[in-house]
Amino acid sequence: MTTTPLEGSVRTSDGPSAGGTTEAARSPRTRGVRRGGRFAPYWFLLPTLALFAAFTAVPLGYSVWISLHKVEVQGAGLGSHAREEVWSGLGNYTAVFSDSLFGTSVVRALGYGVIVIPTMLGLALLFALMLDTPKVRSGPFARLAIFLPYAVPGILAAVMWGFLYVPDVSPFYFVLDKLDLPEPNLFDGTNLYLSLANIAVWGGTGFNMIVIYTALRAIPQEIYEAARIDGASDLKIALRIKIPIVAPSLVLTFFFSVIATLQVFTEPKALQAIENGIPKDWSPLLTIYNSAFGRADIYGASATAVVLAAATFLLSFTLLRISNRFTREDQA
Amino acid sequence: MTSLTLAAGPARRRRTAWVPTLVLVLGALYCLIPVVWVVMAATKSRAELFSTFTLAPGTGFLDNVHDLSRYRDGIYWQWMANSALYAGVGALLSTMVSAAGGYALGRFAFRGREFVFKLMLAGVLVPGIILSVPQYLMLSKMGLADTYWSMLLPSILSPYGVYLMRIYANAAVPGELLEAARMDGAGEWRIFSRIAVPMMVPGLITVFLFQFVGIWNNFLLPYVMLADDTKFPLTLGLYTLLAQGASQPALYTLVITGCLLAILPLIGLFLVIQRFWSLDLLSGSIKA
Repeated sequence: MTTTPLEGSVRTSDGPSAGGTTEAARSPRTRGVRRGGRFAPYWFLLPTLALFAAFTAVPLGYSVWISLHKVEVQGAGLGSHAREEVWSGLGNYTAVFSDSLFGTSVVRALGYGVIVIPTMLGLALLFALMLDTPKVRSGPFARLAIFLPYAVPGILAAVMWGFLYVPDVSPFYFVLDKLDLPEPNLFDGTNLYLSLANIAVWGGTGFNMIVIYTALRAIPQEIYEAARIDGASDLKIALRIKIPIVAPSLVLTFFFSVIATLQVFTEPKALQAIENGIPKDWSPLLTIYNSAFGRADIYGASATAVVLAAATFLLSFTLLRISNRFTREDQA
Repeated sequence: MTSLTLAAGPARRRRTAWVPTLVLVLGALYCLIPVVWVVMAATKSRAELFSTFTLAPGTGFLDNVHDLSRYRDGIYWQWMANSALYAGVGALLSTMVSAAGGYALGRFAFRGREFVFKLMLAGVLVPGIILSVPQYLMLSKMGLADTYWSMLLPSILSPYGVYLMRIYANAAVPGELLEAARMDGAGEWRIFSRIAVPMMVPGLITVFLFQFVGIWNNFLLPYVMLADDTKFPLTLGLYTLLAQGASQPALYTLVITGCLLAILPLIGLFLVIQRFWSLDLLSGSIKA
């Protein structure tokens, strides 16, 4: 592929042992190679580290700093005058933990995750295994169709599904109507969880399927041949060989799904634009957004955000610990 | 390298496996339903949208496109151009930064390497809004909120991109080659730009596409940063149009047509690169 033009240069230097003399003889530069090399990695990392500092580390620190403050003058907006920031200690944090809006939104996100994650990963695994089955038809078409939602922005997916949940324009309600079946309100109570979960499952299954499928394709075919000779069925091969081998990929996809669940924001936001009844603080991120920009309480919002970030980290590192038992791909 | 065993496909036998085929076809139908619906709904006039069978085509597609183009002096196409700008420029810069950073982490032994790598892993985990709120406050203090910069700058760093490029540089660029080039007296920058970068092209394309799709699809960042709707990307523009539709249902046909036109470019891009994307790219990301 792209390596072809470089093979020549490998040959010209021909082994590291010849280096000592050729270096002095050929080097057109006066700059010491070793010295330049020592600082090179830092130069290459400079943009990454500068951006990390400016757009991740400093904002995080700033967030923590804000969260420990409060404003003296009441009723002030986001404007920088007519108010005074004073130290508030952990006041905002105690408020977070007694804030029922936030607590409720966390519980909602967890409930939503409990529906989304097993369904999405289960379907992704199922489709990946089906794609990997011998003698299957229309595999390339299905792979393409199931991966397609990845290309659709979350907000637009939510808009499209949102319309499909509206009785006046939805084909589902048309069918229900013709069959004289009850027509549930998909924006209501428990149904709202299912409606939102459906959008996430629709959007995420294909991507996870491809991750798992790619792992499946990397398994040497000889293993299956050997298993077949031993009399194993396709089902048995799937359960006993394929699933254990792709377990690390499943852990990875699970890991990212949990993080995505805690950050759900776009889909409920879009549905709110279609159906007014949906709670403004449905998910944790919506709560944070509303307190920062809706109620102009950046102090409380920052404390809430820090709590959520800490919870995410804690969860992530726990999951990473567990996944490290499965995978050993860290050092290549 | 990250070679795949695709050449050795599954052994084809005569009988079709019906159950797996059926499962896959059902899955494909599920994924296509909203797309088919939006295609059909975009062809309906305002009157037809609420009166005709939802999956039957209408007669108003060209009128809808015309109305959408005329809405507020063609602001829709401005949104489209903004999305292309944010995603294109953002992804390009992001790829360059990730390439340099990943190359340093993957191909050099130096003090602090593990620390930087752990920082990147941690960066992947930080929830978007936790950064968006302080980023907004900081950028607005610098007078940069509600500018193109407020969309571009926070999109450049991709910890996941750096992580991917580290794996890719490690797998695709042989250390002996770099040693040889050093002995020939090439400077580190020259080695990187002339030798390493060409070898990392598939990985670079991967990172570019991930970032492009990620920025194109982003809703939270513009929602927090932007107030002036001539700077909106498609996602935010269509959302505001939808939110107005709650009081003016006439706008719904515009939203639906806008949705269809907004997903077409990405579906097109996706179809073009699909083969490459689903195989080499993701395997490169998963398998070290």
